[in-house]
This record gives sequence, C-alpha cells and structure tokens, in this order.
Amino acid sequence: MPQVSLTVNGTKHTVEVEARTLLVELLREKLRLTGTHVGCDTSQCGACVVHMGGDSIKSCTILAVQCEGADVTTIEGLAAADGTLHPMQEAFREYHALQCGFCTPGMVMSAIDLVNKHPDGMSEKEIREGLEGNLCRCTGYHNIVKAIAAASDVMQGRTAELTPAAAE
Amino acid sequence: MYDFEYHKPSSVADAVKILAADPDARAISGGMTLLPALKLRLNKPTSVVDLSGIADLRGVKREGGKLVVGALTRHYEVATSAEVKASIPALAAMAASIGDTQVRNRGTMGGSVANNDPSADYPAALLALGATIQTDRRTISADDFFQGMFATALEAGELVTAIHIPVPEKAGYAKMKNPASRYSMAGVFVAKGPAGVRVAVNGAGNNGVFREAAMEAALSANWSADAVAGIKVDPSGMNGDIHGSAEYRAHLVTVMAKRAVVDAG
Repeated sequence: MPQVSLTVNGTKHTVEVEARTLLVELLREKLRLTGTHVGCDTSQCGACVVHMGGDSIKSCTILAVQCEGADVTTIEGLAAADGTLHPMQEAFREYHALQCGFCTPGMVMSAIDLVNKHPDGMSEKEIREGLEGNLCRCTGYHNIVKAIAAASDVMQGRTAELTPAAAE
Repeated sequence: MYDFEYHKPSSVADAVKILAADPDARAISGGMTLLPALKLRLNKPTSVVDLSGIADLRGVKREGGKLVVGALTRHYEVATSAEVKASIPALAAMAASIGDTQVRNRGTMGGSVANNDPSADYPAALLALGATIQTDRRTISADDFFQGMFATALEAGELVTAIHIPVPEKAGYAKMKNPASRYSMAGVFVAKGPAGVRVAVNGAGNNGVFREAAMEAALSANWSADAVAGIKVDPSGMNGDIHGSAEYRAHLVTVMAKRAVVDAG
C-alpha cells in the first residue's frame, strides 16, 4: 500500500493509504481531524477547504498521495496553543458569521487565503466573488462578508483590534 | 472511486513510458476534472500517472512575439502572472474567471486543453489566438488540435508539455455563465493578431469549441461591436438543453461577441 508523508498543522505524519484515498479522508479518518467537513463531495460546496502550501484547496478533490511532502493546515491548526483564536475565527464569532456551522471551517480557511492574496484589503463585492467556491445553505452570507472585512483589517494592521459588530 | 496504482515520474520521458506501456493508465495534472470523474466511477484506470513531479513543465515566459505557458501552470498563476497581464490581459482575465479560487489553485492549462471540455474556457482563447500546442513528440496548431467535444489530436499516451501563444494586437473575452454551475453557456474570444482576426466560441456549440467565420470576416473589415451585432448565428450547430435552447445559445453567441469586442477595445 502506498505511503504518504506530509505535515499537518505543524506535525509530520507518515501514513499508509490506498492510492484512491482522498486528502479529506486521510485528515478525517486517519488523523481524526474532523473539523474539515465533507459537504457535496463534488468540489462545489467548499466545506472541505484546507490550505496546502498556503493556497486554499478542496481536500475532497485531491488524492492523499498527491500531498507527499506537502504542508497542510486545517481549521484545527489556526488557533494558538493556548486557545487564542485566529483573527478570522474571532471575527466569525463576533459577527455571528454562522448559523448551522457546517460550512464554517471551509469558509474560514477560504477567507484567510482570500485576505492573504489581497494585501490592500477588499471591497464587499470582491469578498463575495472570492467566496464563489463556498456555499452556505443557511444563506448566512451577509455576516460572513462582514466578518471577513473586519478580520482583514486586523490581519493587515489597519485596525489594532477587531471592530465590534454593531448592535441591531 | 475504484483503486488504481499511483506513479509519480520525474520526467516527461518516464511519464510517457508508463502511459505507453498501459493503455488504461491516465495522466493527472490538477485533477479538477479527472478526480470528479473517477469518484463517479465514469472511468476505471489501472494506474494514475501524476505529472506534478516534473519540474520543467510549470511557469510562463515571454519568447519574442509569443508567450510560452508550461502545461502544469495553474489557472491562478496564469491569472496573476505579470507576463500574461502585460502581454495578453484578456487571457489573464479569462484564467481568473475559471471555476473558483480553489479550482484555480489546482487546475492547469495543459489539463484543460488536453480534456477539451466543450464548456472549458482556454480552448476558445487558444483557437482565437492561433496558439500551438507542444507535446512530448510534436507541435500541433490549435486548429488541428481541437477536434470536437472532449476530442483532441492527442494520441494515446501523448502529453501536452507547453502552449505557445502569439501575442495579439488586441484580444477580448466575454461569457455568459450558467447561473448555477457557472460553466460557460456561450463564451466568445476575439483576437486580432499575427494570424489575422479570429473568433472562437465555447459552451454553445453541439460539438465543442469552434470558429465563427462570418464574425471573423465582419471584424476584419471593421473592428467594432456594431460589425458583429447584426450577425445571426445558425442554431443548427448549437447545443440545446434544459439550460437554454439552441436558438437562445445562438443569440447569446452574438451578444457575447459584441461584449468581447468591447472588452478588447
């Protein structure tokens, strides 16, 4: 059986897999990192998004063996060891950018890649277009977009702290 | 997905050798089409040959009057390449419109070209720009390469290694996306370059990407949106399905052609 060696959230793993094993199956079933979700399993919904070498990818549409030597980050790898949330996670909480929460791990991972690729910030339209690969079936997009805008200000130093959500 | 053997050769020659020895082996590049097909068990390869370990197939460079794009260059790299943006901005914009961010981070130009999906974006650009497809054994003009829906001039086990694209004077692209799948319902790429004025259409035809001769003649005489506005495309060559009739797609081709000319400036 093929072996694959990869780094996940800073820890090196060497795992035996079938050639047909998907990265998301390796993460969830072998490494028990079940924060990465499988929604559609057809590369459309984005619930399975993780980072590989800093780029967001759909872990349901890549073989585990294709990740030999790769550096993968999942939703579990974002918060600090003491539990301090990543600014994007904190913004999702502050802005209540989730309803059922199923799409949230993928949304957060896609959002971080999106912010990293736009160092000068984004318009609301750019954020919405940048989320094309992530579906929220609760249709909770408004707060997700607000959270990403607020998190990008923190991540890129335009504000020192997360702007609190307006009371409604 | 059925299981298979996995190979990761480090040279084109090794990849070709494995593919030649086994007619049921399949090459994988970004896997954005092959993996979904395997998951649906539409395909049962004995082995999958991963091309990503071949170092010299990735990247974009300008060589005189043309761009040379390595087959393994990802859509995101084409979309953000300073060289592509400077030489053929319409191609960079097209790459940025493919799929979504995560697909663009994995999918490659060589893979898209070799697959020749009728709704894929790149085939229309390469046909309109008069590109040449380089393989492990020969070079093939885009006119000869694209041979209908999912059909190309590639022989069994032949690999696309690079795409040579003449830099045009002007080029533009417009497509109508299906509102759900985001695939092209009708996309038109127009170019005025070393190969003359060329117009290629994706998404709409009932046998893959094609050139639109009447529009090429009209734009050669008068490069303006008005020149193509009155051209009625024959619906008999169009695809009709639940998303749009052949007549609707024929109409869309003219609308997209006008927009593509405006985009080209």
